[in-house]
Amino acid sequence: MNAIIFSAIWGVVMMFSGLFAKNKQTITFMAIAGLLLLTGANFLHACGTWVIKIDTHEMLHFDSMGLFFNTVAFFSALLYVILSGKDIERTGVHVAEYYALIFFVLCGVSILTSFNGLLMLFLGVEIMTIPLYILTGADKKNLKSNEASLKYFLMGSFSTGIMLMGIALIYGATGRFGLSIGTVSTSTTGLGMRPSFLEIGGLILLFVAMCFKVSAAPFHFWTPDVYDGAPSVFTSFMATIVKSAGFFAFIKLMEPRTAILGDTWSIILPLVILSTLLVGNVTAVFQQSVKRMLAYSSIAQAGFMLFALYGTSVMSKEGLVLYAFSYSIATIGLFAVLIRLKDYSLDGFNGLAAQQPMIAFAAAVFLLSLAGIPLTAGFFAKYYMLAAAVQAGGIFWLVIVAVLLAAVSVYYYFRVIQSMYFKSGQPEWASPVSRSFAWALIVLAALLLYTGLFPTAVLKFIYF
Amino acid sequence: MISALLILIPLVAGAASFALRTSDAARRFTLLSAIATLGVAIAALMPAFAASLSMDLPWLPVMGSRFTLTMDGMSKMLCLLTAISFPLIFISIYQQNFRSPGAFYGWMLLSQAGLMGVFLAADALLFYFFWELALIPVYFLCSTWGGERRIAVTLKFFLYTFVGSLLMLAGIIYLSFQQPAGSFAISDITQAAMRAPHREWLFWLFFVAFAIKMPVFPLHTWQPDAYDESPAPVTMVMSGIMVKMGIYAVVRWLLPLFPQQGKEFADIIIGFSVAGMLYASFIAMQQNNLRRMIAFSSIAHIGLMSAALFTYHAGATQGVMLQMFSHGINVIGLWILADAIEKQTGTRQLSEMGGLARQAPHLAILLVIMGLANIALPLTNAFIGEFMMFNGLFSYNWVLAATAGISIILAAVYTLRMIEKVLYGTPAFPERAVVDLSPNVKWVLVVLVVLVLIGGVFPQPLIDLTKDTVEVLIKNK
Repeated sequence: MNAIIFSAIWGVVMMFSGLFAKNKQTITFMAIAGLLLLTGANFLHACGTWVIKIDTHEMLHFDSMGLFFNTVAFFSALLYVILSGKDIERTGVHVAEYYALIFFVLCGVSILTSFNGLLMLFLGVEIMTIPLYILTGADKKNLKSNEASLKYFLMGSFSTGIMLMGIALIYGATGRFGLSIGTVSTSTTGLGMRPSFLEIGGLILLFVAMCFKVSAAPFHFWTPDVYDGAPSVFTSFMATIVKSAGFFAFIKLMEPRTAILGDTWSIILPLVILSTLLVGNVTAVFQQSVKRMLAYSSIAQAGFMLFALYGTSVMSKEGLVLYAFSYSIATIGLFAVLIRLKDYSLDGFNGLAAQQPMIAFAAAVFLLSLAGIPLTAGFFAKYYMLAAAVQAGGIFWLVIVAVLLAAVSVYYYFRVIQSMYFKSGQPEWASPVSRSFAWALIVLAALLLYTGLFPTAVLKFIYF
Repeated sequence: MISALLILIPLVAGAASFALRTSDAARRFTLLSAIATLGVAIAALMPAFAASLSMDLPWLPVMGSRFTLTMDGMSKMLCLLTAISFPLIFISIYQQNFRSPGAFYGWMLLSQAGLMGVFLAADALLFYFFWELALIPVYFLCSTWGGERRIAVTLKFFLYTFVGSLLMLAGIIYLSFQQPAGSFAISDITQAAMRAPHREWLFWLFFVAFAIKMPVFPLHTWQPDAYDESPAPVTMVMSGIMVKMGIYAVVRWLLPLFPQQGKEFADIIIGFSVAGMLYASFIAMQQNNLRRMIAFSSIAHIGLMSAALFTYHAGATQGVMLQMFSHGINVIGLWILADAIEKQTGTRQLSEMGGLARQAPHLAILLVIMGLANIALPLTNAFIGEFMMFNGLFSYNWVLAATAGISIILAAVYTLRMIEKVLYGTPAFPERAVVDLSPNVKWVLVVLVVLVLIGGVFPQPLIDLTKDTVEVLIKNK
């Protein structure tokens, strides 16, 4: 509850701060303070020492996993603002509004980690995505940004419609919005234990809508254009924190319900995972722009995160949190470097290692982590996902395919490393990079390496 | 503790070496650390330290993986090979200068740490970790300091091996879930592999990973390119020690895990290995590029080892142990010589060389000895190992053994052809352009030649050292 209330209030505070604070930097500092406050409040809730209690009639339910995910998301957002705050300031004139919207997104995130019914899920998704439509179009003078925003909005509303339809069908079948499956669903059909057609249809619609939100193929078509068109700072935010939260909600939603879908589930899910992995990895190979490559690679990473849906144990959720952590940190770091460069193409990275060894080293660690090379956090993230799938049994072929496609991903991630380290050139910076920026990146990289050696350090937090 | 030191010294020294700015500091520091590692590796052979060879620490309790190191005969031997090779390589390149020397020597030592880890790990996940740790430094070494086509070639090499190791990882995860405890310890994994369903598939998952590393025909295509484009010291590490990772892994993991499948598929694997021996030998005969010739000759030698392993013949397996060590020594010697020749003459093309014998007599003598060792002539270390392997192969299937035997003749053909083209004939270079070997390279080669001869005359210590590994393997077949 702490997180939901604080993020909403601080969003409003940020909105008004634009009136009083004339200096853009002050606004960024306020946002950082807000995020610190938010992380702290959530942490206190997780420890159980201080909780604002409001009776939500069981519409929200807070568990340690969700609270821990909040911490990860807020912490990532904090790192994101620290690293890229300068670039948010440069996006346009309404800096305070951007931050306000970011806080509203975080409010949506904290609802999505604690919803206990389909209504709250719907609210969470909407609170999270509507600010994103605006952020995507934040670069008002840029046609591509406008196009991306409109596209995102149209496609997003369409998927929202599908989601509502699904919720309506499920309500029709079971007479309730609750997250846990009721006995009603199995008895209304009159066919013994078989769930009703309405409920299955509703669930599939919900599944499709959530696939859209997390950009799983074949519902991914908006992703490359939106990620490419949006101002890079906000792409970084969308591709990491928002996407991971979507996944968390996805799993929370589907986990108790996979049994209802039965055989249908064991056909749909492998197909979606397979197509997501294929589309993401294969298309990313052919990209010349690093930003667009990252957009496709985020689809590929979503394919891996989808494995968590197989989880029957706590392992898949732990794995997802670890995945969200490592993927968000690496992507935020990489985007922070990318945003500062003038040229987003691969050639723009040429010779980075010679010019800025520290930044290049950190970027290399981020790329290695995304590729899932051992010694980085990304390895254990992928490991957990594969382990969840192996544990579920019956889809070992898909694990093999995923593993082969992970090798494909090495190809495109390593091309950036090649540009940085083995090709000569002088990268041009759109905004100057300071020493503190480089050190911040190094700290992020160290965090990934540490987690890569001792993933237990992160996981331990779930059970503190 | 001893085993941990073997990993820790190169790991820490390698990381520290990145901070060194000057060539002198980097090469002195890394040479010292390599010698220290050698000291530890020799200590590991002493019976006095037998108690401190293995260690077991909790690492990832959530996943059931532990930091477990053990050392049996084969581990000791390969650690010794690794520990001997690195100082010798460092001495042989002592006078060469590399761009950003700190990073170069740092990566070299990190790859040594990875190699040691692979030879010591007794936990499947830990093994996978070190398997990759050995690979990543080589990627950076080859891509930064390699030849003209280095970037594409190294990526190909990396992707090849990475695909293999990911398949292995899938297999490891699968096996760890076949037991309630979810452990990765070698004994538990072996137990799980005995009961697991779809063992044939699992066998191939592991085998492909190891076969790419060895490499076994037809998965070898990364190798000649990589050896050709890598900087010479890295090529030495790759072909002298890294390919042994594949063979080691077959002995340590594949055969104990899937004994029946190993027998079931022996015909296919031995068939491919023998085909690869002939194929590589014929290509080596046609090669005009000195480096590529050595690379293909190495594929032929490895093919014999992989064939011999799957015969499940005690003598042949013992031969593989001997040959792992001998091949490491011989091939490093050949690469040092090839590098020296290239530095002298400025070319890798055999057709452009000639008459070096008169201008560089020391080089000529050493090249002839190393060449003879490459043919596995009696008195050289390779003879005994190859003899034992052929013996085992013969008792398995004499047709295959006879076919593989052709490669011995071919080895003589291409090696002698190489010696002739390099050393004899009309001198291709003006008198003053060529100088003989520099003292440090010469002494390294003398040490290697001594090892070659000792191994050829008195291989018993190595046989005694690795006897326990062979016995365990053959007993469980």
